[in-house]
This record gives sequence, C-alpha cells and structure tokens, in this order.
Amino acid sequence: MSILVGPETRLVVQGLTGREGGFHAAQMVAYGTKIVAGVTPGRGGERALDESVPVYDTVSDAVRETGANTSCIFVPAAGAADAIAEAAEAGVKTIFCITEGIPVHDMVRALASVREYGARLIGPNCPGATSPGANGRGTKVGIIPASIHLPGDVGVVSRSGTLTYEAVQSMTDAGIGQSTCLGIGGDPIIGTTFRDALELFATDTATRAIVLIGEIGGAAEEEAAAWAAANLSHLPRVAFIAGRAAPEGRRMGHAGAIVSGASGRAIDKIAALEAAGFKVAGSPTELPRLLIEAGYSPR
Amino acid sequence: MKIHEAEARELLSRFGLPVPDGATATTPAAARAAAERLFAAGATQVVIKAQVLVGGRGKAGGVKLAASAAEAESVAAAILALTIKDLPVRRVLIAPAAEITREIYLSALIDRASRGILVMASAAGGMEIEEVAAKDPTAIVREMAHPQAGLLPFQARRLGLHIGLRGELLRQFAAIATGLVRIAREADADLVEVNPLAVVPAPEIPGGERLVCLDAKVTLDDSALDRHPDFSAWRDEESEDPIDREAREMGISYIRLDGSIGCMVNGAGLAMTTLDLVTRAGGTPANFLDIGGGARADKVAAAMRIILADAGVKAILVNIFGGITRGDEVAKGLIEARAQQERVVPMVVRIVGTNATEAATLLKAAAFETATSLDEAAEKAVALAAGGAK
Repeated sequence: MSILVGPETRLVVQGLTGREGGFHAAQMVAYGTKIVAGVTPGRGGERALDESVPVYDTVSDAVRETGANTSCIFVPAAGAADAIAEAAEAGVKTIFCITEGIPVHDMVRALASVREYGARLIGPNCPGATSPGANGRGTKVGIIPASIHLPGDVGVVSRSGTLTYEAVQSMTDAGIGQSTCLGIGGDPIIGTTFRDALELFATDTATRAIVLIGEIGGAAEEEAAAWAAANLSHLPRVAFIAGRAAPEGRRMGHAGAIVSGASGRAIDKIAALEAAGFKVAGSPTELPRLLIEAGYSPR
Repeated sequence: MKIHEAEARELLSRFGLPVPDGATATTPAAARAAAERLFAAGATQVVIKAQVLVGGRGKAGGVKLAASAAEAESVAAAILALTIKDLPVRRVLIAPAAEITREIYLSALIDRASRGILVMASAAGGMEIEEVAAKDPTAIVREMAHPQAGLLPFQARRLGLHIGLRGELLRQFAAIATGLVRIAREADADLVEVNPLAVVPAPEIPGGERLVCLDAKVTLDDSALDRHPDFSAWRDEESEDPIDREAREMGISYIRLDGSIGCMVNGAGLAMTTLDLVTRAGGTPANFLDIGGGARADKVAAAMRIILADAGVKAILVNIFGGITRGDEVAKGLIEARAQQERVVPMVVRIVGTNATEAATLLKAAAFETATSLDEAAEKAVALAAGGAK
C-alpha cells in the first residue's frame, strides 16, 4: 500500500505535449505509472508518447474517455492555476502541480476551486510523489528521479525537491525502503500541508515510520508536530530541518511569521518536533540511523 | 519586489485611496521647489522622508520636518547625504505634515497558514506590527478575505468596529480596507500595509475628521511581475547590488553572507542544508546560491562569477543532486568557468543523481577535487578554506 499514488492511479498529464511534460511523462511510464491521457487545449485528437497516449482538449474529455483519477500539471506558470481549477472541476480527485513560479493570488483562487469540488491538490512547485514497487518499478507522479527509491514502509514527506532526493538516497543506501515519498512544495500557498500528509500516512497500513523534511519559514512543521504528538505516537518518526545557519528568508517580511504565531526559525521547529517525539537529524545522512534509534526495523 | 513608499503611495492613489499630496526629489533644489509648491497649497509644515527599502528610517534620521522651503532644502541635503543600513539615500519624499489625531494600523497580506488573504487592523498604529503582536496580540484584529470576492463590506466594518471606529470614520475605514485587498489582488501584491492610517481633522466634512494613508509599504509578487509591465519602472535598480542584479537576471537565487566558503547548489532546501553542514563542519558560508532546476552550463558559469565576485570567498563548494538538472551539464559549466576565472580559489565538487557518472569522468579529466557524500564535501570545503589539505 501507499498514499496518493499507486497501482490504482490513472494519470492525466496536463501539458503532456510540452518539453517538460513530455520528458517527465516518459520517465513516469518507464517506471510503471499508468498514463491514460494528456491534455493540451487545441490539440485534442493527437497522440503522444510514441502514439501510446491520447491527447484531449479538456480535462473533462480526458476523464470521461479514460477514467483518469489523478492529474499531473506541467503547464507554464501563467496558466497553471487555471489548469488546477480545470482538473478539479472535471472531477479529478488528486491533482499534482509541478509548475513553479505561479502568482500567489492565482493560487488563492485555484485553491478555492479545489476545495469547492472536493479535490486534493499537491503543490504547486513540488516534485510530486513516488510509491516504489517491486523490481525497480512502481508508481511515480512528478519529477522525483526513480533511481533513488527502494520499496519499503517508511513514509517520507518534504517541502523541498533536491533535499528530498538526498534524504531518500541516504535511506535507500542504508537499505531502508519507502512506502511513498511525497514532496508538498515550498510555495507560500500549497494544497497539501505536512499535517495533511501525516494524516494520510496515519491511515496507510503499509507505512510503519515517518520521515519529515522541513525548512525554515512559516509554521507548518510546528502544526504537523502538534498533530503527530496526539495522533502518531505509534509510529517511529524522524525529521530534518534545513536552514539552521541560513539568514532570514527574503520572500516574506515578518508579518507572515507573526500572523502564524511562529518565528519560522529552525531552532523553534526542531524544539517543536522533538517535543512531539521526533528524532531530529543534524544532516540528511543521519536519517537512517535515527530511524533505527527511534525503534524502526526494516522488514 | 519591494517598492519605495513613493511608489506605494502612487499605487494606493491609483486605486482611489486617500493619500496626501507629495512629490519626490533627488536633489536639495528639487526638494525646495516641491516644498514651495506644498506651502503655496496651504501646508504649514512639510515632512521630508528618505526613500530606502529598509525599516527604521526615522531612528536613522531619515524622516524630518521643515517649516519653510529653505529649511526643506537644507533638511533634504542632510537626508540625501545619509546612508541607512548600508543603503545610500538617493531620493526623498516631500509631503505636507499632517496634524494627527489618532494612528491606526491596517494591512492585507498573503498568509501561509490560512492559505489566503489576511487583513489585519490595530488601534495601535504607528508602531511596528511585530511590536504590537509581541506586547498585546489581542490588539490585532483579523479577517480572511473571500478567495473569489475579496474583503466583503461587512468584514471591513467588523474590523473598523473592533478598533473603535464609528460613524463617518467607520465608513471611510471600510472603503480603505476593501481597497487594500483590491490592490493586493489586482496588483498581485504579497503585502499592502498602511501604517499609520491616520485620523486627521477635516472641518469641511461631516464628522470633522477623515482618514489618510500617511505611510505605505507594498511588496509585489515577483512571479506576477510579467503581467504588470508598468511596475518594472518601480524596481530600484540603483540600490540593487550589481551582483544581485546579475543573479536575478540569470534566474539564480543568491544571498550574500559574511563567510569564506562560496556555495553553489541546486534547490533551495538543499542549498540551505549545505550552509548548515558547512557551519556544522566549522566553516562559514559566504553565500546562499540556488541555481534552480535544469540549469545549463552557462548558468553554472554565471553562478561561479557571482560567487567569485565576493572577495571574502576562500573556497568553493559545489553540491548538485541531479534530477531535472543534469550532472554533466554542471561539470561542463564548471570546467568552462574555471578556464575563464581570474582568481584561483580551491574548489570541491559533489555531483550525484542524473548523469553523475558522466560528470565524474569530466571532472576527473579536468583534475577537480571531488566528494561523494554531502558531509564529506562540507568537511573538505572547510579544510580548503582554512588553507589545509588540497
């Protein structure tokens, strides 16, 4: 088992005929992901990925014709929020948005659509999710390199891209496999938070330990820590927080942190996580050892 | 992108918000001319304010009053000679000094936690909102704007009522609060803050008082600047360090720090982690630098120039986890950059992930010092910066 993506995933790729979309879709298929459709407005009727996948003009068409239940968006930033809303309206329940640089007010509106239609959004500006399976295959939606994974039972959730790869690689090198690796994205407005991800992992019987990889800024790690303390005490849990030595973030002024009631500093996030029973690593390479110390044993 | 008070005022007035008269000047003579016009229009005193993109101008002597055009000229000359928190003052704003009865705080901003537009108001205007939040969090009232419709009038009134406004002032306040949210949405601003929003005497209107936006702070969303071409004129390129500008134009995120180890990394989280590990290994990072996803050789070469422009850099650590970014592209960029660089600085390179094997072959042929693990790379860089093992 896994969360969000797995054998049941029937993926529609919005922006499949673009350079990024086409490249990563091919990688997903090679790993074992079922891509059932692509969407590029004005190019419906074409076929992509060596003629193997039909392209539709709208997400509604793709859903009706192929039963797509998950979307992955590679649409350029100016149209990406609209692509999210379109997927939600078409009835897609799990929407991954890889695109970075989406105007933040577009996201406020897109998120309202996602909520209105009862969909779940992951991202934007996220690497997606992978649920590794047997024989070097599995289901991946997004851009996480397939080569870093090992199937297993540790759930990984992270705000970052390459830092996630680093952490997952160190786990794989140590023989510790993953149930699902999920990158939730680092933008100010995202669809799925750390806490949401932990709630999903909590319901997944195949996940027996948690790795949380956070960053300075905001209060999402503290919120997740509080939830985990009350609801995840049965699972070994470890964390890493990037930015102990970093200067204060530039993107948002203090007002954002004040409103969240948190400082956004690494030291406070680490304290909150430790208080919630997480073992916190000083380097991503320490995560495998800490998992074992937290009581996790690979099967 | 932060914009100056003068431009923030212009944005507010474009949206019909009450902003007092005023003008900017880059020379004392121009300041005098502006002051003359304001005195002729009925001002009894003018305020001269340094236009710099940092807080604490007042304490630094960057905000002063003048009672005559001649005094305005000399005050402007003094302020234009200041450097506030490393930023030279190149321009001043001259405005009529207001007779303030009461100061209010009001802002609209993107809030991560609630994932929407948050509007905050406080009766304790004129102070930094952080200070208010620390002293008395209950003094700040909040409303979430509707994601599609903006701040609704009843929400705006509720904010005004909570900070003790009644009658005509309440009506004005509600219009200003909904206006701030309209600006945030239509101009794609992360933050629109008016502090103080001042109550001033206005004998000409019923109630005898009105609200004016005396100071404004606006941060525009960098990701949305493309659809507001007119805002590009508001970028303060003069105050922008040339190195920062090159980084911005190349799509590289760069923040200069005080240490000796230059860092080149792909991805913000991994870049921060690299700084953390350098620090943990006993070194001091010279910068945060994220070359972004899918960087090609030319971007790597630009990143190298940016790092080396900092004379404090004694060693360089390159840490790349290839995903979208291809390791061999980065290696080629490094080899190209080293051939061009004027200053020789020891370097340790770690490239893993996509095309790491090809990268390793290229780097070996070019005799680069390499590392396998992140921790090892950080330790080597620290040793190199200290003049140790090569």
